[in-house]
Amino acid sequence: MKVPYALVPRSERAGVMLWASPLIAVGLTLAAGALLLAWMGHAPGRVFEVIFWEPLATRRGWSELGLKATPLILCGVGLAMCFRANIWNIGAEGQLVVGAIAGGAVALLATRETTRAVVPLIIVAAAAGGAAWAAIIAWLRDRFNANEILVSLMLVYVAQLLLDWLVHGALKDPEGYGFPQSKLFESVARMPIVLPGTRLNIGLPLALAIAAVLWIALERMVIGFQLRVAGLAPLAARYAGFSERRLLWFALLVSGALAGVAGGIEAAGPVGQLTPAISPGYGFAAIIVAFVGRLHPLGVVPASLLMALFYIGGELAQSRLGLPGALTGIYQGMLLFFLLACDTLITHRVVRRVRTVTA
Amino acid sequence: MNDIAALIAATLSAGTPLLLAATGIVVSEKSGVVNLGTEGMMLVAAVAGFGAARISGVPEVGFLAGAAAGVVLALLFATLTLGLLTNQYATGLALALFGAGLSAFLGQPLQGESLPARAGDGIPGLREIPFLGPAFFAQHWLVYFALVAVAVVAWFLFRSRPGLVLRAVGEAPEAAHALGIPVRRVRLAALLFGGAFAGLAGSFLSVIYTPLWSEGMVAGRGWIALALVTFATWRPGRVLLGAYLFGGVTMLQFFLQGQGVELPTQLLAMTPYLATIVVLALISRNPRWIRLNMPASLGKPFNPNA
Repeated sequence: MKVPYALVPRSERAGVMLWASPLIAVGLTLAAGALLLAWMGHAPGRVFEVIFWEPLATRRGWSELGLKATPLILCGVGLAMCFRANIWNIGAEGQLVVGAIAGGAVALLATRETTRAVVPLIIVAAAAGGAAWAAIIAWLRDRFNANEILVSLMLVYVAQLLLDWLVHGALKDPEGYGFPQSKLFESVARMPIVLPGTRLNIGLPLALAIAAVLWIALERMVIGFQLRVAGLAPLAARYAGFSERRLLWFALLVSGALAGVAGGIEAAGPVGQLTPAISPGYGFAAIIVAFVGRLHPLGVVPASLLMALFYIGGELAQSRLGLPGALTGIYQGMLLFFLLACDTLITHRVVRRVRTVTA
Repeated sequence: MNDIAALIAATLSAGTPLLLAATGIVVSEKSGVVNLGTEGMMLVAAVAGFGAARISGVPEVGFLAGAAAGVVLALLFATLTLGLLTNQYATGLALALFGAGLSAFLGQPLQGESLPARAGDGIPGLREIPFLGPAFFAQHWLVYFALVAVAVVAWFLFRSRPGLVLRAVGEAPEAAHALGIPVRRVRLAALLFGGAFAGLAGSFLSVIYTPLWSEGMVAGRGWIALALVTFATWRPGRVLLGAYLFGGVTMLQFFLQGQGVELPTQLLAMTPYLATIVVLALISRNPRWIRLNMPASLGKPFNPNA
């Protein structure tokens, strides 16, 4: 290759780049996004104002941001932990859907006489549903050595079909005029609102608390240390006698449970019923969130807010400016590409080739 | 008998996109690069092929556009993984997500549109044979092309000198580099080949198989193709067998429905995904079986300047 520059490994990881890289990647995504918009014949300045400024100009906008960030934080911190330990669970979307089914099934049992005690039950059921779905991945990897990337992804399709089947059958609202959706949950089975007048519910404080707990667990507890060692140096982890199986099960069950909680809160929160399209791809967007957040539970929070802004801004741009809603997906994909490219500079530096060494 | 012939014909047709995509994956993985973005490349190729075929009215133009779209995305992947040494797994995921977004964006004006269904011309002469004709010889030419392509790839990989070079790069890039083989250029070529074949697979789906465009229509076939290559332990002959087996599994749901089996469509639609999981688990049970066959440097970046 005739490029006059070469990448040379650094002797030490560049700490500054670790956190500068996401910022540069966001900048590059915006620049590329502006070019795309200009090519489509839209004024990028106006569109960016709608996407990135208007949602933040009102209290309602901020509450919607928190609402959308909730499932992303919950899925994102779980995935960050898995990826750190080199466990490639990319099926958070499926675990989220099963969590929504389990939580939704409990919510549907609630009647007018039910007390608020049903709310924690919904969350626990959702966590159990997500964990059970992820347990399939852990079991197949543990017992049969099956590749977790492919299994977790296949299970996303299965989960979505399962939800589709249930809302067409067992959980369908008999008075729903034949629409494939469950009846609306009783108001007592909806997530309590924390900011009056908005849709922001207890999900956000819960997600933030979980992120904080996971941060402490990963930084200060033995299991967190073991997970990090297993990811950075698998042989060292084995030599130190860390149980690979235990780490596998732990990471998958916890991340599955968190994705499940995200699904339960989504169903019993803003959606309020089970529908075939319970998630606009939160589980997949959370993969990007985990990388942008540097696989760190606290980094995941701002990354989730940014991704939530992409979602809300994308919806606004669609309704206000008639832009295609699919732009959000392109921006998300571009962000991950740019981030991975910038991350190269953490471990490598660019040097000018002095002389060519081609044979 | 006619039912069976129709089932065989439908199986060949359903297996073809898997076979095309998996053939491309075998070549790129044999060079030591794992590209998880097949699903994204197939989606973009499906919409590109559909659009081109619709405008031109010629399916072949659609295939060319699909293959070109696959090559462009593979080039993007190669720039990152070969040029910037990014993590191949993460970059492949990024490609899968980006491809889903890009195809939804490009396909918005085409959503729900369809193309005229084209019965395959088949092979004249053989097509008229009772039973065998409708079962095997009345397909679209791309079905036979996929068969020939697998045979050629098998010959190329295991019987030709460039194929040996490609495998050497996948097994021991340092050794290949020391011998003066341009490792990254070989990998680039293998990735672009994989992109072109993923593109053909995607455009076959939207132009011939369905033939319509709807968002997310590849429905996991790119991932199933990736799994197939693992099942097949990177051997073209086994890939062929696996692709048709999975084509059959896809078709079985429609066949069962036709036979009056009372199962909800959603549960039947799960079969290809569940079958993938089950077969993956059974084949992976013996870790050595996979490890012995897997290209030794698969997924590891190679930096000639390190």
